[in-house]
Amino acid sequence: MNWHDHLPAFLVMIPLLGAFLTPFAASFGKTARNAFFMLFMALTLVVGMLLCTATFDGGVLVYVMGGENFSLTLPSGMSYPVRILFEIDAFGSLLIFCISFAAFAGALFSIQYMDRFSGWKRFMSLYFLMTTGALGMSATGDLFNFFVFVEISSIASFGLVAFWRDKPESLEASFKYMLISQVAAMLLLIAIGSLYGKYNALNMGALSSMLRSGTLERVSLALILSVLAFKCGAFPMHTWMPDAYAEAPSGVTCLLVTVSQASFYGLIRVCYTIFPAVTQGGTVGWILIALGCMSMFFGVMMAVVQHEIKRLMGYHSISQVGYMLLAMGVGLLALSDGNSNGTVAAYGLTAMKGGLFHVVNYSFYKGLLFLCAGALYYATGTRDLDKMGGLARSMPWTAGMFAVAAAAISGLPPFNGFVSKWMIYESSFAVHPLLPAVAMITSVLTLASFAKVFQAAFLGPSKAKLVAVREVPYGMLAGMAILTVMTLLLTLFPGWFMDNFFENAARALLDRQGYIRAVLGGM
Amino acid sequence: MRPLSVIVTSVCDLFAWFMIVFGAYVINNGHNTPGGGFQGGAIVATFLSFMLVAYGGKRFRAWVREGVYGFLEFLGLMAFFIFGCLGFPNSFFYNSPAISWGQKPLSEWIPYCGTISLMNVAVGFEVIGALSLVIVYMYGSIQMIDTGAGMGGERGHDRYDR
Amino acid sequence: MTDTIVDTPSDFAGNAAYVLVAFLVIMALYSILTQKNLIKICIGIAVLGSSVNFFLVLLGYRQGGGIPVYYLAGAKKTMVLPTPQCLTLTAIVIALATTALMLSLVILIHKHYGTLNVDEIRRLRG
Repeated sequence: MNWHDHLPAFLVMIPLLGAFLTPFAASFGKTARNAFFMLFMALTLVVGMLLCTATFDGGVLVYVMGGENFSLTLPSGMSYPVRILFEIDAFGSLLIFCISFAAFAGALFSIQYMDRFSGWKRFMSLYFLMTTGALGMSATGDLFNFFVFVEISSIASFGLVAFWRDKPESLEASFKYMLISQVAAMLLLIAIGSLYGKYNALNMGALSSMLRSGTLERVSLALILSVLAFKCGAFPMHTWMPDAYAEAPSGVTCLLVTVSQASFYGLIRVCYTIFPAVTQGGTVGWILIALGCMSMFFGVMMAVVQHEIKRLMGYHSISQVGYMLLAMGVGLLALSDGNSNGTVAAYGLTAMKGGLFHVVNYSFYKGLLFLCAGALYYATGTRDLDKMGGLARSMPWTAGMFAVAAAAISGLPPFNGFVSKWMIYESSFAVHPLLPAVAMITSVLTLASFAKVFQAAFLGPSKAKLVAVREVPYGMLAGMAILTVMTLLLTLFPGWFMDNFFENAARALLDRQGYIRAVLGGM
Repeated sequence: MRPLSVIVTSVCDLFAWFMIVFGAYVINNGHNTPGGGFQGGAIVATFLSFMLVAYGGKRFRAWVREGVYGFLEFLGLMAFFIFGCLGFPNSFFYNSPAISWGQKPLSEWIPYCGTISLMNVAVGFEVIGALSLVIVYMYGSIQMIDTGAGMGGERGHDRYDR
Repeated sequence: MTDTIVDTPSDFAGNAAYVLVAFLVIMALYSILTQKNLIKICIGIAVLGSSVNFFLVLLGYRQGGGIPVYYLAGAKKTMVLPTPQCLTLTAIVIALATTALMLSLVILIHKHYGTLNVDEIRRLRG
């Protein structure tokens, strides 16, 4: 047995085992509990990294759960796969990369941040389950299994958003999130069921090879698109996002950001890999572009008037998701312009690379911003920007890391946010000159908003109430430092990441035949 | 919750145990008839809600030991995980005792099912523990509202808000 | 596998069940969208989950099909499809978990706000 072959199974097994073992480990006291938490998170990170290195050369890993052999996708001469299988290509492992880093940083941060509250056992279990769900969403190759992982991560996140159950606001946010999320999940199940009823297959590759355009497919695609756009917080369905992001504990918000990225992964996978027969006409591309522009603009407009730091960042998340939707919509348009065997117009490839770069950037700097907001809240006890001021003197490390993240999200030139945004501007200009205009206005407003936050929280005279404020503990700083280092690495070596990561991921996304061949064999 | 009349409690004494027996039957035959771990576990867990309705909250609280159900849940989950790992040289969840260990079928009609029935039992334990805990905790929060009690020694969020 | 796949029946009895599913879904959405009471909204979610499960089971039905366990099916050649039943079982478990969590949240919301009316539970605005 070569353990390396079983990495896709380990990816889900390790956090799952962590969730199951938590009550046992928690009975040995605080140190053992924390060590256990970090050990399993570190193992997850290691497995995620190994998977990334295994797929970034363009290969597709397939793992069949319960098969006689992990690579036996078609048992007993069947023409399509029946077992649950994991299928990880370079695009999926990009998401695994983001999720495992954000989960590790959030966990490291949470150890000190949540230390003064009770209910640690449950917090750890739910955190592990949420990581499992997010990793599974980006690893699975089966539509129903995707639904199951969506539900695992959603149910765990409902619990974590309402973790402070003595606080009415968090209960309300959790209930709102849960209500909309459950309706959405059931609609997703209806869409998956309709596809199964017509094609007798749930496997993404098999469906992709069989799917033809028709009314049922259009309705299913509309349902799946609206559900997943809701899960990643696009404009008309965004209402849960600022509430849930603001009320969840900060370490959890850092992970929630990547869970919404996993939903975005599902959206893109469905559009590019499963439904190219329907998306060929370009309508879906325009829908994504329209969603993206609306999310960008209205998200940032709602953000600039906020006074509560985490709500403000929640609204900024909506506008950041808009950039990715715009980029992927442009890519989809370019794909329908070109011919269907994997060659696209050059601007489409640039858009996709920019969008994928933005996915990674967004996961890191947005997670970092939420952790900084959590650190501010930990130190000062308030989330209201009007009550903060002059904190740069007492919290220099937090201030520095916040500055890095704010510069990255606003797209200031040396930082990574600038690179990905520039690629999106450049490519969307080829479609319509109005699109980069909207994106640039959004970027300027983002800069203005974060300049305001930085000025209000860290500069100016110290407030009398905040004299006793000290820098947050080292554990929390370490969690933030991981994401800062990743942001700076992406800033310093964008070319290396572009050539090795995003290029391959975009090519993997375009290589639909390769994805199908990995499951169905030679065609 | 107040206890109900003596008729209800007597009927409960008589029939509540049959629920456990029936649940165990459903769990044990999950591999060849409809049912299985979750369904049987849910049937067994109705035992506690039966007790709660018939005998009222006070005696219910006196009977219930949360640790027992937590342990059942832990046991079931770990067993399930280990049975999943048994298939490891081949793949996760592979039913190796049934196929590669070369067991003979029990009869001509019922094939040897390998880890499936063991997994049913594991899931059954897990569901018994988890659903019983759900009932206990939900009743606990109702009680919290009725008596106006706090969150019971929980170190919550409120004290850190300024 | 392929010989068990027969077209779904197109007679009235076959379609009536789909109409019932659509009716249930619309009822559930109606209750979720219009009701003000949190408990009634929870009921709507539960009905929605059940109707989706019903839909899944219906998808696997083949006219005159037997149970999909080969040593219990007897001489029948046609079986109903087993996959939708597995999907339904999973969906039932998920629906149970969410219903329990949702009702627990409703209990806690009632404790904090003293009401179950959604119009009065509005602290998160703007």
